[in-house]
Amino acid sequence: MAEMWSGYLWPTLWIVIQIVAIVLPLLLAVAYLTLAERKVIASMHLRKGPNVVGPFGLLQPMADGMKLFLKETIIPSGANRAVFVIAPMITFILSLVAWAVIPFGQHTDGSPIVLADINVGILYLFAISSLGVYGIIMAGWASNSKYAFLGALRSAAQMVSYEVAIGFVIITVLLCVGSLNLSKIIEAQSGPYGLLHWFAFPLLPMAVIFFVSALAETNRHPFDLPEAEAELVSGYNVEYSAMTFALFFLGEYANMILMSAMTSVLFLGGWLSPLPFPPFTWIPGPIWFAFKIAACLFVFLWVRATFPRYRYDQLMRLGWKVFLPISLVAVVVVAGVLLAFDWIPKPVG
Amino acid sequence: MSFIDRTARTVFLSELVSGLALTFRYMFKPTVTVNYPYEKGPLSPRFRGEHALRRYPNGEERCIACKLCEAICPAQAITIEAEPRDDGSRRTTRYDIDMVKCIYCGYCQEACPVDAIVEGPNFEFSTETREELLYNKEKLLANGDRWETELAANLAADAPYR
Repeated sequence: MAEMWSGYLWPTLWIVIQIVAIVLPLLLAVAYLTLAERKVIASMHLRKGPNVVGPFGLLQPMADGMKLFLKETIIPSGANRAVFVIAPMITFILSLVAWAVIPFGQHTDGSPIVLADINVGILYLFAISSLGVYGIIMAGWASNSKYAFLGALRSAAQMVSYEVAIGFVIITVLLCVGSLNLSKIIEAQSGPYGLLHWFAFPLLPMAVIFFVSALAETNRHPFDLPEAEAELVSGYNVEYSAMTFALFFLGEYANMILMSAMTSVLFLGGWLSPLPFPPFTWIPGPIWFAFKIAACLFVFLWVRATFPRYRYDQLMRLGWKVFLPISLVAVVVVAGVLLAFDWIPKPVG
Repeated sequence: MSFIDRTARTVFLSELVSGLALTFRYMFKPTVTVNYPYEKGPLSPRFRGEHALRRYPNGEERCIACKLCEAICPAQAITIEAEPRDDGSRRTTRYDIDMVKCIYCGYCQEACPVDAIVEGPNFEFSTETREELLYNKEKLLANGDRWETELAANLAADAPYR
């Protein structure tokens, strides 16, 4: 019995505890991201934003959550019931599952704080974020509604287009690191000059392309054509209500946080402090990581408050005729530079 | 040269960055929000809100039942019935405004020769039932008594332009 506990039950329980320790703060972050979005955009519009529920509106996400939780889930009579219900679950679960490989910091012995320290972490992340399109396509198709269907089509085309650019940008980073392991990618960005070693500086154009593609990938402004309120009512989730809608909403915002985390890991040095000497290194890694994610998320919101929506053909043009050639050339250039100066990283691990 | 300029602007995203800088500056400006139920914005003296029937200072109602307002009302929201009173003066026995029909055009107060029917500054008179918005003479006179100070001030403020 004791063997079963230490060999089987306890590891399982420990993984569950770790999962809860990741998912709970994540869901809280999602809830407050919605509030932060409304507050940031409001102050850029010279408005106040929500300020009635709780001090400074801090309980607004709870009120919104309660409302969505207590409402009735309506399933349209023409809908495919099973797919209609599964679609939001897929979106939500995929946005959570991806967090398994994100390293939050370093233990004192140098090993990363991560649920699953797998060697193909970035590939896993890429695969999971690509699967996200299934939730949307299923939602659009199962709703049996023109608007939802058009929104889903747009969304699918958009996500597929920008994934190509993201893939090439990731390849440039991988060339500089020599590993697909996320914690190795972060460690490759450490050095005596702190933030000058982050890939955001040597690979600045790639970082910009990655971030803009991340905006498109998460269907955020200015690429939010799938849910263009003015044209498609609300896009693929138009038929959804209550908890099913809430799952889409949570999934979408969790994806935003995930893309911000990916940006931090790939280009902003993850848990590393910007200046590698005492007052800054006293702050633990996970806090730096959270801070970087928050900074990226702020840019998400900032962009939303600033730019108008792209037209559909402009969106496709940007993806296929601008980002794809640039990132393709960048792969060649980065590889060439690494080869010419003999900077190719030695295989690690 | 212009080609180089244009290309450089595109490549370095200078227009996007200047747009972002603008919104960032605006984020630190003071908000212009009016905290509505607690704060209220200014209203013009010409504001056309809830209707009221006014009285003379001696308490006599102004309306002489000429029915000009009823005639001009484009929504036909006003219904007036009148007959001479015991003292020989002509007054209304019924003065109804269907506030649901009313389009708040202000023609009734323009038409009124004695400034009896006016549209006051009150716009917060929503009700829970439709029937409560079918105003009769008592309700309109009560409005007049309640808002007389503001109504008189607004009429005086707007008088030079009429």
